[in-house]
Amino acid sequence: MAASVDLTEPVWGPATGAGEGDQPRALDPGLPPSDRVFHGAARAVGLFVLVVIGSIGAFLGYQAIPTFRRYGLSFFTQSQWQPARNIIGISAVLVGTLEVALVALAVGFPLAFLTALFISEYAPARLRSSLVSLIDLMAAVPSIIYGLWGFFLLEPRAIYVARWMSQYLGWLPIFKVNTNPNAAAWAQSQYTASAFIAGLAVSMMVIPLACAVMRGVFAQAPLGEREAAAALGATRWHVIRVVVLPFGKRGIIGGTMLALGRALGETVAVLLIISPAFVVKLRILTVGTITVSSLIAGRFGEATSAQLSALLAAGFVLFLITLGINTVAAVFVGRSRSGSVTEI
Amino acid sequence: MTIGPPDAPMVTSDSPRPPVARHHRGPSAAPPPPPVPAPGPRPAFAAGPRPTAGPAAPEDEDSADQPRQLRAREIDDVASLVGSALGSLALVWVGYERVFALSGGLGFLICWYLGFLGLYAAVTALSHSRPLVIDRLMGAVVYGAAAVVGLALVTTIAFIFFKGWPALHHLNFYTQDMSGVRPTSPLTQGGILHALVGTVIEVSIAVAIALPLAIATAVYIVEVRGRLANVVRTVVEAMTALPDILAGLFIYTVLIIGFHWEKDGFAVSLSLIVTMVPVVARSAEVVLKVVPSGLREAGAALGASHWQTVRRVVLPTARSGLATSLILGIARVAGETAPLLILSGASTFFNKNPFHNPMNSLPLFIFDGVQSGEKLFVARAYGAAALLITVVLVLFALTRFLARDRETR
Repeated sequence: MAASVDLTEPVWGPATGAGEGDQPRALDPGLPPSDRVFHGAARAVGLFVLVVIGSIGAFLGYQAIPTFRRYGLSFFTQSQWQPARNIIGISAVLVGTLEVALVALAVGFPLAFLTALFISEYAPARLRSSLVSLIDLMAAVPSIIYGLWGFFLLEPRAIYVARWMSQYLGWLPIFKVNTNPNAAAWAQSQYTASAFIAGLAVSMMVIPLACAVMRGVFAQAPLGEREAAAALGATRWHVIRVVVLPFGKRGIIGGTMLALGRALGETVAVLLIISPAFVVKLRILTVGTITVSSLIAGRFGEATSAQLSALLAAGFVLFLITLGINTVAAVFVGRSRSGSVTEI
Repeated sequence: MTIGPPDAPMVTSDSPRPPVARHHRGPSAAPPPPPVPAPGPRPAFAAGPRPTAGPAAPEDEDSADQPRQLRAREIDDVASLVGSALGSLALVWVGYERVFALSGGLGFLICWYLGFLGLYAAVTALSHSRPLVIDRLMGAVVYGAAAVVGLALVTTIAFIFFKGWPALHHLNFYTQDMSGVRPTSPLTQGGILHALVGTVIEVSIAVAIALPLAIATAVYIVEVRGRLANVVRTVVEAMTALPDILAGLFIYTVLIIGFHWEKDGFAVSLSLIVTMVPVVARSAEVVLKVVPSGLREAGAALGASHWQTVRRVVLPTARSGLATSLILGIARVAGETAPLLILSGASTFFNKNPFHNPMNSLPLFIFDGVQSGEKLFVARAYGAAALLITVVLVLFALTRFLARDRETR
């Protein structure tokens, strides 16, 4: 705050003392004692959280060092995970993680996007808050529940979809399956426990997350611009296309990235559904895959300290990936026009 | 804000016209044929000053105060919707079942929906312009997607309760633990009290520690600010990316391997805190940030100290948002399974001491039950899952209620 104030500007507050009428009011008198305590306490908590939380990231990185030293680059190129034979690598694990997350996103993104549009643009205004709570509720349903749903309800039905895709889209390498999909008695077990089905279950977890972010941004699209478009005769979709979507573009990207970060780290639903297979393969419909978090969950029990370090290293790589994605997402969400106009 | 100029003529929802088409009517242009109150070609706004005299003026004034109906539904809308739905149903039934002899309910639904979209577009195109066709088509797509998501949510919850019912309707399921009960024992023996109590204790400890930390951190970031606050925000934001299993692995490596701690309830709580603090702090920060700065300035202008402003103005304003972020945090950790796999022993006995002996919890119980493959144990797992959903639902409703209560003032 500037100490000297131009006297042509209005000076707030009563003039202090008759003789010192020209004395400008000190606009920044310093903090009262109560505020000093408040600031100090808040800073202490912030510092504490910083140290504790930050040390976790540092710890993971530190623990991963021996593994990186020992295996070098082959840690990233080797696909097998056989600690007993001293062969450890995460290429298959990383590919599997990405496949599951991308399937989840491919299914989840359109649904989340359209649902967000539905809530903010199409649903009747009095239903809107209930629908928002419903999406929050969907986010609150524990992941193991979606795991059960995916494993027992979805999988027996999704294998038909998988077979259909391999029948008609099998010429694409990712949809290829090793059996003959047209056989009369088709090998159903070849279609189970795949990255595709795990991705479907994970998509249930990312939909509410992405949807909540997108809806929040859509809802902030300026009313004046909407009304201007409507007054120009735009249809509802036209209003969405020319006002809401350009306004919410970064929110869409940011929400999607957040969803991707969540999908990469999902553990339990994936662990329930997949059967582990340490092979680098693009065929997402075929049985067997592995992800970083399910690897950790499955292998930590029998791990010696060296293997634990390897698991921590794998986890650290996953952490770095999600960290990168979340950072990019935060940049996108933060740069959207949303939130910059909070008028009273 | 009002819609356009107050004297904007009415346009029905059915008659979108691209702006380009409107310039045919200038101030000097001949007025449109007066007898036709055509809903369609009327411009949404007149280019240039409106003609103040002439035969068209009174008619314009009649409709002067009527705003454009954005959500009006006319017989044409309803008829083409229902007609397309029924028509495509019949068409797909003939084509799908009879001609191509395909089977499967899911495929039928998908084909029906696609057929419906096609027919709906065709019917609309008969009498309407392209923008309206696109509008209706996108509307159908949006409603369809929302229905799919809603259906998925409903089937999930209904499925769990349906499967859990055999276990849920026995009273002993809620009052007993599994000590001395074999997985194959009938459902009239044993229960999940130990897991339920374990979840409640672990989550309560986690919330009691994580909530004040998280809110204080958010207040620090938003209200106190400063360079250090930016660092804190960056790190907190980064740690929301921490996959939950890594939180468990961290506690496992440090406490259990490093310090030879027991696998007990408190270790689980710690890992829950690690996941919860960044999540809640992050969302609380967002909530605090949207509190209008005008309110803060008003507080300061009234002579309130910063603490008073935060305590009496900012936090109460953000109350419902804070409640939401808290509840989502609780719901997240209540169903958190991944760290439990690592940190919690799947005990079968009742234990209310978080510092000694393993403590089971609902998510772990569910996971073990499902993994065991034992039919009755799976049934118990479903029962536990239904109970877990109920707990989350109750928490959820509770926060909504609390938040609303304050809002109504």
